[in-house]
Amino acid sequence: MSEAPLLEIENLHVRFNGERTVHAINGLNLRLQEGEMLGLLGESGSGKSVTLKTLLRLLPPKRAEIDGTIRVNGTDIMTLSGARLSAYRGGDVSMVFQEPALALDPVYTIGDQIAETVMRHKSVGRAEAREVALDMLTRVRIPSPERRLKNYPHEMSGGMRQRAMIALALACRPKLLLADEPTTALDATVQIQILLLLRELQREFGMSIIFVTHDIGVAVEISDRVAVMYAGNVVESGSTRDIIKDARHPYTRGLLAANLHGVDRGTRLDAIAGSPPSLETKPDVCSFAPRCTEAQPQCLRALPPFFAPSPGRQVACNLEEGHSPASNGLTAAPAIA
Amino acid sequence: MPLPGRAAAPGIITVEKNAEPMLIYLLRRLLYIVPVAIGVSIICFLLVHIAPGDPLTSIMAVDATQEEQAAMRAAYGLDKPLPVQYGIWIGKAVTGDLGESIATGRPVVGEVFNAVRNSLLLAVAASFVAFPVGLILGFLAGYFRDTVVDKAITAVAITGVSLPNYWLGIVLVIVFSVTLGWLPAMGAGPGSSGGSADWAWDWAHIRHLVLPAITLSVVPIGIVARTVRALVGEIFSMDFVQALYAKGLNQGAVLRHVVRNAAPTALSVMGIQLGYLLGGSILIETVFNWPGSGFLLSNAIFQRDLPLLQGTILVLALFFIFANLIVDVAQAAIDPRIKRS
Ligand SMILES: Nc1ncnc2c1ncn2[C@@H]1O[C@H](COP(=O)(O)OP(=O)(O)O)[C@@H](O)[C@H]1O
Ligand code: SF4
Ligand SMILES: [Mg+2]
Repeated sequence: MSEAPLLEIENLHVRFNGERTVHAINGLNLRLQEGEMLGLLGESGSGKSVTLKTLLRLLPPKRAEIDGTIRVNGTDIMTLSGARLSAYRGGDVSMVFQEPALALDPVYTIGDQIAETVMRHKSVGRAEAREVALDMLTRVRIPSPERRLKNYPHEMSGGMRQRAMIALALACRPKLLLADEPTTALDATVQIQILLLLRELQREFGMSIIFVTHDIGVAVEISDRVAVMYAGNVVESGSTRDIIKDARHPYTRGLLAANLHGVDRGTRLDAIAGSPPSLETKPDVCSFAPRCTEAQPQCLRALPPFFAPSPGRQVACNLEEGHSPASNGLTAAPAIA
Repeated sequence: MPLPGRAAAPGIITVEKNAEPMLIYLLRRLLYIVPVAIGVSIICFLLVHIAPGDPLTSIMAVDATQEEQAAMRAAYGLDKPLPVQYGIWIGKAVTGDLGESIATGRPVVGEVFNAVRNSLLLAVAASFVAFPVGLILGFLAGYFRDTVVDKAITAVAITGVSLPNYWLGIVLVIVFSVTLGWLPAMGAGPGSSGGSADWAWDWAHIRHLVLPAITLSVVPIGIVARTVRALVGEIFSMDFVQALYAKGLNQGAVLRHVVRNAAPTALSVMGIQLGYLLGGSILIETVFNWPGSGFLLSNAIFQRDLPLLQGTILVLALFFIFANLIVDVAQAAIDPRIKRS
């Protein structure tokens, strides 16, 4: 028997209303164990950022209609509000954004921005909060951290800013870090440094990380487990090794083929012919069918059910029919018997 | 300039230049003013000479003989070549002597400074009304963007900007002076007529300020509100605001960040509006007979009072230059993104 997962997302639906309706998330299930590094992979528009923002309750309440359960450490976070929501954000779960240049307040110093978070969550004074800020900058390996405390974001390089953003996100020792394409905006060499840093910090702090990327090479390199998103749902998940060795979903296989056939890492995922669905209506058949070379008649009749080819694996594809046992769709963590 | 020996330390890479100290920046900006001021003074001087008509016709007897006219020209120095006239004028100007008004015979400096002081009073009073109101309306509209609140405020702001304000002044006079008799319609209070300048901070004087100040505040209210609305709306849609919520800040703390981000731009808009108010409004000052610089300027123009006109324009232009400088310096002081270099 495994311990209760740190994060459980069950049957999540997110719909944006407005000039254009977007069914961004359609029945997503996801589980994450403590200390686990999950790579959330999918092409642009597949709903990765929306998933993370839902987790932090950052979506505009008027425009986003959210349905489903999200439990973090057993707490239903959809019921949080006021002070408890503020304590949860940045305290239990925090986020590193794609563009550190845009995600840091341009008119506050790095030190003030980190100290502010610490003061919010730890009820400590300014001096102590600045001590924490200095310690964090040291831990993310920023050179001459005392001086950097007094820097404004525009006075730093992109890589340095992302380190500062990571320091800010980790300042209150969250149990879960959401990293939304944290290296996409950076140069290749800096990307690798940041990936290694995240890996080290994860071990050091013992936290869980959801690492969002559209780069399967990056996902495979950094994660314990990979979840592949398509059109607002996880279509395949499993341990990184299983996914590389034995990908089942045609979309995952397409991604791997595109990546392994000599294409450099960092190539976008649009190597698969066709484009993702518009999501203006809620999918009621396999969303990948128009691009799938192996589509069956039943793929266009109903949503494909979930199968469990092996323990800890999930695939939503009709090709598994008769090969793998049916599953409840919950993305099981590796330890589940 | 790279100093010798500075780059010699191996292994030390200076990532960014340090910003110039504030005092040096201030001195440098003050130094830049000198050529600008000289240029402005030449333009002020020439502008008046390029305008058609003879400045002396208004005070010259209709039947003056050629000799009498020439004598008059010589008395005012108008017979000399232009560069010489400019030299004499500017030489005196730097000592604080702008000559005498042709119409009244009083020193121009005194007239101009009284008028500027009066316009300043009016401008400051109007700012005291306009800036808080404009900022609050703009912030509310930006915060409640695309709601009824926003639409109502926008409608008010647009009306304020597009109403002819002299017309509004006349309406206010009719309502509050003529019909209700609450507030005076003319002048700047006891002792302020005829160019003398007895201002006092008592109700007998302040009540004269109320209507012109309110009238004058309407346009800046609209402009400040519109700018701040756009600014606040834009800042709220920026990524870092979401990141602020993500790190656990509550609404109040996020608002503080938004205000800090909006401050530099809001300040510069207010600075520009203040400069514009300081210039005095010819129309408003005429409607209310307010003895300010706009009023003085219109008198000088209609009476072709050459020394008065030149002096008034010069002082007003210098005023604008300084107002601009103050705004720039204040903005550089509060906005870390402006590199002082
Ligand atoms: N605030 C929003 N309002 C409306 N639609 C949105 C909003 N945020 C995201 N979407 C839509 O949701 C879908 C998923 O977006 P996103 O999660 O950002 O994709 P990605 O996987 O690239 O991060 C997209 O079609 C996007 O247009
Ligand atoms: S369910 Fe059908 S269409 Fe969808 S991926 Fe599997 S085979 Fe292709
Ligand atoms: Mg995204």
